[in-house]
Amino acid sequence: MELAISVIVGFMILGAIYAIHARDILSAVIAGGIVGYSLVICFILLKAPDLAIVQIVVETITLIIMVAVVLDSSRVEAYGKFDSRAWVTSGTAVLILAILFWFLKEASATLAPFGENSMRMADAYVNGAVDRTGSVNLVTGVIFDFRGYDTLGEATVLVTAVLGVLTILRIRGKKI
Amino acid sequence: MTVIVKKTTQLIAGIVFLYGIYIILHGHLTPGGGFAGGVILAGSFILLILAFGSDFLHLLREERGSTIYENLAILAFLLLALSGFLAGAGIFFANWLPHGTPGELVSAGFLPLYNIFVGIEVAASILTIFLALVIFKEEILK
Repeated sequence: MELAISVIVGFMILGAIYAIHARDILSAVIAGGIVGYSLVICFILLKAPDLAIVQIVVETITLIIMVAVVLDSSRVEAYGKFDSRAWVTSGTAVLILAILFWFLKEASATLAPFGENSMRMADAYVNGAVDRTGSVNLVTGVIFDFRGYDTLGEATVLVTAVLGVLTILRIRGKKI
Repeated sequence: MTVIVKKTTQLIAGIVFLYGIYIILHGHLTPGGGFAGGVILAGSFILLILAFGSDFLHLLREERGSTIYENLAILAFLLLALSGFLAGAGIFFANWLPHGTPGELVSAGFLPLYNIFVGIEVAASILTIFLALVIFKEEILK
């Protein structure tokens, strides 16, 4: 199974690299879809069907919206000049990346070795979930009962995203 | 779109809608749940809009209906969570309804209700974003 996942991740990397370098934006969007659909296969191989269902539907809807947007606007990528402001932004990006990598290295030194996670919290969830929540599907028991605040936060993020979209995409004001 | 696409959409959209409801209602028994089922529900509406054009569903003029549903669903989710606080347990998100036998459709206390309201909320959110993009395009073309 690790071999299959490695091959699929290789495909994802190829798709992502092609999406960056494609001249035509439509082919870049479709190459970006490779990443999402390969992730679906990875989720199924790793025995996470809940995530796979969400990912395949969301990927399809996002791809439809992106293709519609690209077909209605321009298919040619706009290249700007590489002036002094571009130097400043690229330098800042590289600096922040270096700082983030340094902190990641520092933080990962204290973690458990790769593949040997400590199961302190997960043991309580896995063994007692059916008795305590009454839900046979363990994932639903965790996300709505043990981690209810997380789910409330996710739903609030969706509401906020819709508010932002409605605020930006309005040309004429609504008559009250 | 052509006749083939319209006819296929007529046949499929209802089945997709029912499948979304199934995923939401069985969220505490089988893989899936509110988020997955809600996105599938929104997908059936988006399929109809893509096949039949903007004028087919009359709610396209205003996305008022879907925004109201979205806000009411998140409000109901909050009230359900608050009811655990008021019912004597003293904990936010307390699951104070009887749990029933695990594995039956009506069991697990509040979890199916949470699933239903989160499903409505996710479906209405994604549909609202899609409708906002469609209306934006129509206003641009005018």
